[in-house]
Amino acid sequence: MAGFDKVVSSYEEAMAGLTDNMTIISGGFGLCGIPENLIAEIKRKGTTGLTLVSNNCGVDDFGLGILLPDRQIKKIIASYVGENAEFERQMMAGELEVELTPQGTLAEKMRAGGAGIPAFFTATGYGTPVAIGKEERQFKGRNYILEESIIGDFAIVKAWKADRYGNLVYRKTARNFNPMAATAGKITVVEVEEIVEPGELDPDQIHTPGIYVDRLILGSFEKRIEQRTVRTTTTQGEK
Amino acid sequence: MALSREQIAQRVAQELQDGYYVNLGIGIPTLVANYVPKGMDVMLQSENGLLGMGQFPNEDEIDADLINAGKQTVTMATGASVFNSAESFAMIRGGHVDLTVLGAFEVDVNGNIASYMIPGKLIKGMGGAMDLVAGADNIIVTMTHASKHGVSKLLTKCSLPLTGKGCIKKVLTDLAFIEIKNGKFHLLERAPGVSVEEILTLTEGELMVSGDVPEMSF
Repeated sequence: MAGFDKVVSSYEEAMAGLTDNMTIISGGFGLCGIPENLIAEIKRKGTTGLTLVSNNCGVDDFGLGILLPDRQIKKIIASYVGENAEFERQMMAGELEVELTPQGTLAEKMRAGGAGIPAFFTATGYGTPVAIGKEERQFKGRNYILEESIIGDFAIVKAWKADRYGNLVYRKTARNFNPMAATAGKITVVEVEEIVEPGELDPDQIHTPGIYVDRLILGSFEKRIEQRTVRTTTTQGEK
Repeated sequence: MALSREQIAQRVAQELQDGYYVNLGIGIPTLVANYVPKGMDVMLQSENGLLGMGQFPNEDEIDADLINAGKQTVTMATGASVFNSAESFAMIRGGHVDLTVLGAFEVDVNGNIASYMIPGKLIKGMGGAMDLVAGADNIIVTMTHASKHGVSKLLTKCSLPLTGKGCIKKVLTDLAFIEIKNGKFHLLERAPGVSVEEILTLTEGELMVSGDVPEMSF
């Protein structure tokens, strides 16, 4: 039974084995559902030359943005960046390589990577700068480009609840890229708000089965909000 | 008179149908949510993984785990569902979203759209826009017809890097509602008080005008 127990007791242990020039896949959308303490541990470790795969790159002092001042990131693969002055500076100065990837393609690259599919055709990006250098092919009269999947040396994930076996449940839109990231790491590390005993989670309600999870740690979270918007009398359902 | 941002949103809202699943981009498209006709149910899809986006929260309802694609705190409407990003883009790419409304810098007569990148300026990324334009059949682009300096944004050929190729069929500007068909723009409606001549002057790509072009009504 202990063989399935994924729980580790320190962040140092959680990120053990991470070395320079590795590729890390991270869950999160904006600052929502990011593995904030695992990112902090990467900063503490001082690992450099990293390739980060994440939808965004945090803000100046929170999320993946905290890895920028010490130049720990060599390259980032993301769909939307630059809520972040240091990011802009490094990108403009050519110190940071940025590979902009459409959001759905990025999610699918992670999903495919975790599912053992090396590449897939998508119409997204056909005829745009994203298609440069990629194989094109027609299916039923429509044009598609070939996108390669991504696997990380590490995947870092934030979930809401887990059991000790690493079965995961996410909460609301903090789910986002986390389930795909969880499948796509050679070593998948997950931090959660609550850990329960096996059997306590309803098997029908598990979002990520424990087979994908290597290490699990209980964290406490700041959960910073990027855009705090509240209801007024005139706006409704805006985004 | 050119339409205001709110009027553009109002005109787009007339294209909604009961039971539509709709993805609204950031900016003017967002305002469409304020003009859903009474008695009509639409569900807003937010590509970060929410179908059935509700209003902004009250102060005591704010939840860091519940945001929209603009990273703003929101609530969930009755009957909402949440899912992961791959699932979200399966909906989008798979053509399951009934209407997509998004902004652009330029569109051209072949339905090409440029909306995410101005060379030489800071590039923040395409987010979900490339997936949205590639996956949706029913897209309305909202934009101003021309720049402040009178330079047309409806072109023979987009000058900026494309977000999508041959995927736009409808454009609503502050001056006109335009359909793109057979390599030409077709004028469907004009903003109240705006003449066909004025629209022709500010449309660089070939614009077909047939018969009496009606004014938009609100």
